Amino acid sequence: MNSKGLFSVRALSCARGDKTLFAGLSFQLNAGEALHVRGPNGLGKTTLLRALCGLSRPTRGDIRWRGERVSDLAEEFTAEVAYVGHLNGIQGELTVLENLQTAARIFVRRKDSAADVETALARVGLTTSADRPARHLSQGQKRRLALARLLVLRRPFWILDEPFTALDAASVEGLSSIIGEHMSTGGLALIVSHQAFELPGIRDFELARFCKARR
Amino acid sequence: MGEFGGLACVTRLIKFTHKYGAPKRFYLLAGKLVPWFAALTALLMVTGLYLGLYWAPPDYQQGDAYRIMFVHVPNAWMSMMAYMAMAIFAASGYIWNVRLADMLAKATAPLGASFTLTALVTGSLWGKPMWGAWWVWDARLTSELILFFLYVGYMALQASIDDPRRAAHASAILAIVGVVNIPIIHYSVYWWHTLHQPASLTLTNQPKIYATMLIPLIVMSMAFMFFYLTMLCVRVRSEILLREQHTDWVRKLIRTRR
Amino acid sequence: MKGGLFHAMRAVFMRELLVFWRRSTEVMTALVFFVIVTTLFPLAVGPERHELMLIAPGVLWVAALLATTLSLNHLFASDYQDGSLEQLLMSPYPLSALVLAKIAAHWVLTGLPLALLSPLLAIQMALPTKAMGTLVGSLLLGTPILSLIGAIPAALTLGVRGGGVLVSLLVLPLYTPVLIFGAEAVAASAGQGFASVAHLSLLGAFLALALSFAPWASSAALRVSLD
Repeated sequence: MNSKGLFSVRALSCARGDKTLFAGLSFQLNAGEALHVRGPNGLGKTTLLRALCGLSRPTRGDIRWRGERVSDLAEEFTAEVAYVGHLNGIQGELTVLENLQTAARIFVRRKDSAADVETALARVGLTTSADRPARHLSQGQKRRLALARLLVLRRPFWILDEPFTALDAASVEGLSSIIGEHMSTGGLALIVSHQAFELPGIRDFELARFCKARR
Repeated sequence: MGEFGGLACVTRLIKFTHKYGAPKRFYLLAGKLVPWFAALTALLMVTGLYLGLYWAPPDYQQGDAYRIMFVHVPNAWMSMMAYMAMAIFAASGYIWNVRLADMLAKATAPLGASFTLTALVTGSLWGKPMWGAWWVWDARLTSELILFFLYVGYMALQASIDDPRRAAHASAILAIVGVVNIPIIHYSVYWWHTLHQPASLTLTNQPKIYATMLIPLIVMSMAFMFFYLTMLCVRVRSEILLREQHTDWVRKLIRTRR
Repeated sequence: MKGGLFHAMRAVFMRELLVFWRRSTEVMTALVFFVIVTTLFPLAVGPERHELMLIAPGVLWVAALLATTLSLNHLFASDYQDGSLEQLLMSPYPLSALVLAKIAAHWVLTGLPLALLSPLLAIQMALPTKAMGTLVGSLLLGTPILSLIGAIPAALTLGVRGGGVLVSLLVLPLYTPVLIFGAEAVAASAGQGFASVAHLSLLGAFLALALSFAPWASSAALRVSLD
């Protein structure tokens, strides 16, 4: 999984309702790099992440992937991004295994290949719960299932919003090592987290720099 | 609108939109236009009513009752035109992310709904002396009723979403879907009507339009058009103040007005 | 890539059916409503067969329409709440294709059973047997249109207060043409008017129009709701 790609953001500005949250935001991310977006609550970190994956429309700015505008790339870009937001995105009525199997079919193109579902489950420690309906899982287990999807999809660019929520210390370490591996194989990651975690080589990014008190 | 041909016209229009697309500029422009539009509205309305109620002769078939047509027909026309305008404003705001266009669409909706309601009520009042019924399922009245629901739906959707941007874009999609459906709805209703009421209780059988009736009709239509423009400017100005309340120029305005 | 798209759509379709099947409570809502409404009419109007026969096409069609409207809320709401709708927007396949698969599943679970159950209820409403075929045909053509068009307001009102009633209000004007021609087709074949082939062809044309327009409009609506 090589991504020689460059992810660059220039003069990005986002609004919630009629209020501008931040403006003039710029940064660059290369293969093997990770960014930790920091800032107090309500500043717009989630909005930023959603704008970067294409779920939200920014008011102004230029987002480029491999040198081309993300708005022009559309599905080409979406095929290379994996987003884990506040919601887990798992279907309660399906079993753990079924959730990952349908994800592999819906989210992976024929020409790419999905990683083995059982291996992914083993990596996050959910093998014993494979046949349980997802709604019977604990919060921490649901989060781990959402993260297992990252492993199945094998996308180069990971955008993670509070991925460590509801995870215990051992799982936090496990996830950190997963992200570390992803970076060492050339992946990119953008993380928002209030919880402390260890990830060598991750850069801090203060969102507050780009927010103003008033317009 | 006539034929607009010519790149020069389009370029001028785009330049105009750019200049007055900023809410602040439009606020000031609209403020200057309101008294003119209001004066024209009053003038045309008085003239039109005089022509319609006194000057035009009684109809051969319907006597004096037909005069309600001078209010009913312009309102029906305006209700359609306002929906088109609303859809165009909303679509522009959605596609090009222009907040002023969103505000214009939002301001047009209640005006369009009032035109539709007036058309329905006057249609109903027209029906009573003619056919003795307070409501007839005439093709046009039925279309107006459905148009009224389209308006109410649009306003209800806008009102139920808190985020102004999401509200504007969601209702833009609704307006576009509505515009596409309007010809289909008209055709279906017209066809349904001819099928079920051959011995028609219909208001579409209007009295033959003579010149004496056409003139008041046109004057009243222009009066209602300027009424729309006046009220649009007034409503958009309040909408601008509301949505731009975080900006400096609005804060200054409020402070100086106090 | 084309093969991949079809498999993705099929995966979405099968997932919908599987989830619906396991979520036992919602399964019957639309059908039960259809049965109740149609049963209430003879009670309200009286058992006089001639009267019932006159209003049968209209009653059956309105009941089917209301039942479909009621079920629209289930189309996107639960996916919106658990975050799977958001994930669908992150699929490499075109959203309109995946939405079409969802709508197709919705129709198979609501419209299709309604159409198949309608002859039984038509007997209750004293509809002549010669009109049964047209009844089922008009519903088989009409209910997909209702699901397709209804998806748009369903997508627009996600997470909005008063969503259920609002959807009914938004969808009513849009459903009018389908209702008019659908009911008329049945009435015509029951011997009250013109031949029904013309009406059914027109419904077919509406279906083609809805198929080309609605998935695209509902995906635009979904993007707005998830902005």
